[in-house]
Amino acid sequence: MTSRSPTPGAAALILAALSTLGLLVVLPLAMVFHEAFRQGLGAYLAALAEPDAWSAMRLTLLVAAISVPLNAVFGLAAAWTIAKFEFPGRSLLVTLIDLPFSISPVVSGLVWVLLFGVNGWLGPLIQELGVRVIFNVTGVVLATVLVTLPFVARELIPLMEQQGADEEIAAITLGAGPWTTFFRVTLPNVKWGLLYGVLLCNARAMGEFGAVSVVSGHIRGLTNTLPLHVEILYNEYDFVGAFAVATVLAALALVTLALKSALEWRHAGELAAVRRH
Amino acid sequence: MPLIVANIAKRFGDHIALDGVSLEARQGEFLALLGPSGSGKTTLLRVLAGLERPDEGAVSFGGEDLLAMDARARRIGMVFQHYALFRHMSVAQNIAFGLEVRPARARPSPAEIRKRVDRLLELVQLEGLGGRYPAQLSGGQRQRVALARALAIEPRMLLLDEPFGALDARVRRDLRAWLRQIHDETGLTTIFVTHDQEEAMDLADRVAILRDGRLEQVDTPEKIYESPASAFVFSFVGEGVQLTGDVADGVLSVAGWRTPAPAGTPAGPVMVSFRGECADMLPAAADGLPARILTVSRRGGSSRVTCEIGGQIFTLEAPKSLTTPGVEVRLAPHAVILHPR
Repeated sequence: MTSRSPTPGAAALILAALSTLGLLVVLPLAMVFHEAFRQGLGAYLAALAEPDAWSAMRLTLLVAAISVPLNAVFGLAAAWTIAKFEFPGRSLLVTLIDLPFSISPVVSGLVWVLLFGVNGWLGPLIQELGVRVIFNVTGVVLATVLVTLPFVARELIPLMEQQGADEEIAAITLGAGPWTTFFRVTLPNVKWGLLYGVLLCNARAMGEFGAVSVVSGHIRGLTNTLPLHVEILYNEYDFVGAFAVATVLAALALVTLALKSALEWRHAGELAAVRRH
Repeated sequence: MPLIVANIAKRFGDHIALDGVSLEARQGEFLALLGPSGSGKTTLLRVLAGLERPDEGAVSFGGEDLLAMDARARRIGMVFQHYALFRHMSVAQNIAFGLEVRPARARPSPAEIRKRVDRLLELVQLEGLGGRYPAQLSGGQRQRVALARALAIEPRMLLLDEPFGALDARVRRDLRAWLRQIHDETGLTTIFVTHDQEEAMDLADRVAILRDGRLEQVDTPEKIYESPASAFVFSFVGEGVQLTGDVADGVLSVAGWRTPAPAGTPAGPVMVSFRGECADMLPAAADGLPARILTVSRRGGSSRVTCEIGGQIFTLEAPKSLTTPGVEVRLAPHAVILHPR
């Protein structure tokens, strides 16, 4: 079957799929790089070396570095609880985890303004404490955490449900303690799902626009992330600058993808063995 | 070290899983827990393993209170129906797991662990397969790895939860004999859960029969088969004829047949049971229980027939001579077993 050459019908379908993919994915990506280098390498590098661009890069990495581990731990804990135990309110928890997927990112940003803005419910309280959330890095992190909350949990819940708790129970009868069981049995069994969830979560954390846009206030050099910075530059007709910064975002995404493929390729044998089980 | 289970009760919500079960097992005994699904046998096994906490009752092993210890401290080897092997570990790593998770002072050296793993692989006849992953093994091989893994911790007792339930008939039979052999070699007290009466009767020193969370009978396979404590036990452990009857004035009436009741039988409604091999099949003119042959399947020296007695259908072994579909015959049991109903 695998070595059979495609029939004319199949060939047409493959061609259609490839051209759609080329038109919708590859072409825009190529455009980004083309526009970025329109005025040569010098202009490109100058646009990247700009201090505000640098600060946007640092902020984007910082936000990802905070929200991804947070959501990885949360996702693991939530999936473990949901998949290995029966308890009242279980399906409510699953629905709550899905909520950030179903509401618009703008709303995910707006809730923080409603909560912590100057006129928000908790606004006066946190002002007294001297904490700023809105138009601040804290707000950017909170908005990103909320938007990217479901990625790891959603990846792990079906996987853990399918695996059941048999192996953990066996580990306990063999004398393993709870942490040993978690690190030597539970975690290795879900590491690929976890990795995939983390990569997706990371891509979204770095690329999130809507929610972050609402809370950040677009303060250059302070609360501007890469996607926000791209928009600002574009609105100022600095096309080379906008596309140059966009190439950094695209490159981060490509690195993420390459990392995933490399890991899958390197552990292909082990992956196949685990999936066949 | 005897295992003593006293008056164990366990409910899940409204469902009573175990309703006051008391049981003993001798050191080195092979005990089967037999019962239909939902009879509580797996719950009882999980209580012994420490995976389930009973609502009432006590469990002691060699004088030690097992319920006071959590599962990981009990050192009880457990084998599961669906193997529960660690899928991301090789066979050797699976077997070594119980030794490697011990605290540093109780953990054997890596060389010692390797040696023990090799010895166990040999015991379960899987030499040379230590590097394989569970997914690369057959069901029978996986279950042997699971047993080796359970034996690696040098357990004080071995619990098996329907270990052959997921295997095909042929592999089951082979593994059965082999399991008994391993048991005899290790001398471990072994508790074995199954819903397959043939498996239980074949393997065990004694069989405990559970029904709806209660113990119906604990006895040797012969006793269970020959003198079942209840009509349920009779029907659960083998094929036979079972009919409602009545005893009055020393006479047993069953399906239109009247015969002297065994001496000392109290009067009243009874369940009448006998095995097919304990009855003669006679021509219609003889004295006996009226029966009509429905179907015949011939195999070897005897035939298996289904016949209708008193409006119910039973399957029996019978001699060839009388077995033609549609023929009326008389069944004359040598002895009947009566239980009050």
